[in-house]
Amino acid sequence: MTTTLEPRRTASPRTRPAARRRRIDWGMTGRITVLVITAVFVIGPVLWTLSTSLRLPSEAFSLPPSFLPLHPDFTSYAQVFQQLNMALLVLNSALVTGIVALGQMGTAALAGYAFAQLEFKGKKALFSVILATMMVPLQVTIVPVFLLIRGMGLSDTLLALILPALPTAFGTFLMRQYFLGLPPDLAEAAAIDGATPWRTFRSVYAPLAMPGLAIVGILAFNYHWNEFFRPLILTISEQNFTLPLGLVSLQGNMGTGSISVVLAGVILSMIPAFIVFIFGQRTLRTGLTSGLGK
Amino acid sequence: MKHQRWLPWVFLAPTALGMGLFTLIPIVASIVLAFFQWDIITPPKFVGFANFATVATDSTVQVSFLNTIVFVIVAVALQLGISLGLAVLLTEKLPNWLRSFFRSAFFFPLVLSAASVSVFMKYLFNEKFGVVNWLLSLINVPAVPWLTSPAGSAVVIILVYVWQNFGFSFLLFLGGLASIPTETYEAASLDGATGWRKLVQITLPLLSPTTLVASVMAIISALQVFDQPYVLTGGGPGDSTRSAVMVIFETAFQRLEFGQGAALGVILTIIIMLITALQFRLSKRFVFYQ
Repeated sequence: MTTTLEPRRTASPRTRPAARRRRIDWGMTGRITVLVITAVFVIGPVLWTLSTSLRLPSEAFSLPPSFLPLHPDFTSYAQVFQQLNMALLVLNSALVTGIVALGQMGTAALAGYAFAQLEFKGKKALFSVILATMMVPLQVTIVPVFLLIRGMGLSDTLLALILPALPTAFGTFLMRQYFLGLPPDLAEAAAIDGATPWRTFRSVYAPLAMPGLAIVGILAFNYHWNEFFRPLILTISEQNFTLPLGLVSLQGNMGTGSISVVLAGVILSMIPAFIVFIFGQRTLRTGLTSGLGK
Repeated sequence: MKHQRWLPWVFLAPTALGMGLFTLIPIVASIVLAFFQWDIITPPKFVGFANFATVATDSTVQVSFLNTIVFVIVAVALQLGISLGLAVLLTEKLPNWLRSFFRSAFFFPLVLSAASVSVFMKYLFNEKFGVVNWLLSLINVPAVPWLTSPAGSAVVIILVYVWQNFGFSFLLFLGGLASIPTETYEAASLDGATGWRKLVQITLPLLSPTTLVASVMAIISALQVFDQPYVLTGGGPGDSTRSAVMVIFETAFQRLEFGQGAALGVILTIIIMLITALQFRLSKRFVFYQ
């Protein structure tokens, strides 16, 4: 009896959880404060850009700045279409990004399937070579790629951006993982039913690997919609520019004169990325972190 | 599955041909080209190791590579520190909607283009009209010449880079933290371990495989920094923010010294490979696998 009474007196069930709850609350408040401040630093610049793009070009530099444009003004959005061939930039970016994304899904599905479900000589060696190319930075291949594209008569075309981007080491790796997870018996069953190898792939395996294909597609979209280095080198005339390149050159040409026009272009160029962010965030997150670590 | 011997090669053809043509041949070509002097117009001239030797003589090249190393050290330390700290803060008991809000917010910059981000950041950091200096003036800080002084430019490039990239390591750390079994913490609590001790003695060691992956990826990507300095400062003032990739770009595509550009690309690749190898070497001592 005494042994059970003693601890109850020192640690009364009434006071202890209450004290602990209060302490956790303080920790929680500090924690949330740090997270909120960080979130403001992350989202703030984008919101500021949005708000500036909605101000009159002449007011873009007025200080103290008004944080909320009280009278949203879309002059800058109209002007970006006049001063910059915005429609063409969007079309170029959409063509390059769309074709590359679909193309990578195709090449990665085919190669990944071969590595996972088919037998051939030199499979391991070839797969290692493909994995190794992931380690090679773009900068070491870009000079010969530029010369090659020039030799093929493709310099300053959208094909110069598309063709070299069609094969994907990471996508192949990802799709191989996906196809390895599917049972090989499916192919035997399909073969017994008289399906050709192509039909087996097309109608049995590929549909089952759609989640993996979505990752490959969305990663390719995110990368190529935003890429700057290759378009800067491989395109020359403005009619072949993609969005990021067009916006940077617009800023260069206009100085700081009507920055809100440039920012309107920046905001417009973010819309597709934002759509991907809203609807494909989970897929993108999985893709970015897949195949890494354990 | 039984199939014709040529069948796999039909499936492999697009990837194998594409990679052969646009990756493997260019790697070999780059190495060969690095020993030549070539401007496309006049025939290539064999120059031995002269293109590599410029690293020792050309001050712009030296400064740019040094800038890059300093940038990598500071930016990667910031990126990993911030993302690890935030990931630890986020895994503790927070309401689910708050967790996904913060996760989305920190992830958001990853879907933007580094070039476009640099375009609007350049405006935010404008010395006279930028909102950053305006906010600083509220607490009586005199206008900082962000993009016109060497130190200011370096700080802006690092901030803009970390702003956009910390979300990636943050995601990796979140994944790593989620894989640490809660029983480990419960056992430690029973033994009387406090929050700080749990962080140092459980979280960090068990997270070390993730830290290795995150740091390898962060270093590789930071070594290739280009968009931010190209758009924000153009490498200036002087050469103070010129990066290694900028100098490769300028050498090959503006001065049309393709051999020299290829040699610098090869050197950067070797640096990347050496650092990565070194990290995996060191990881044998510091990484703790469960």
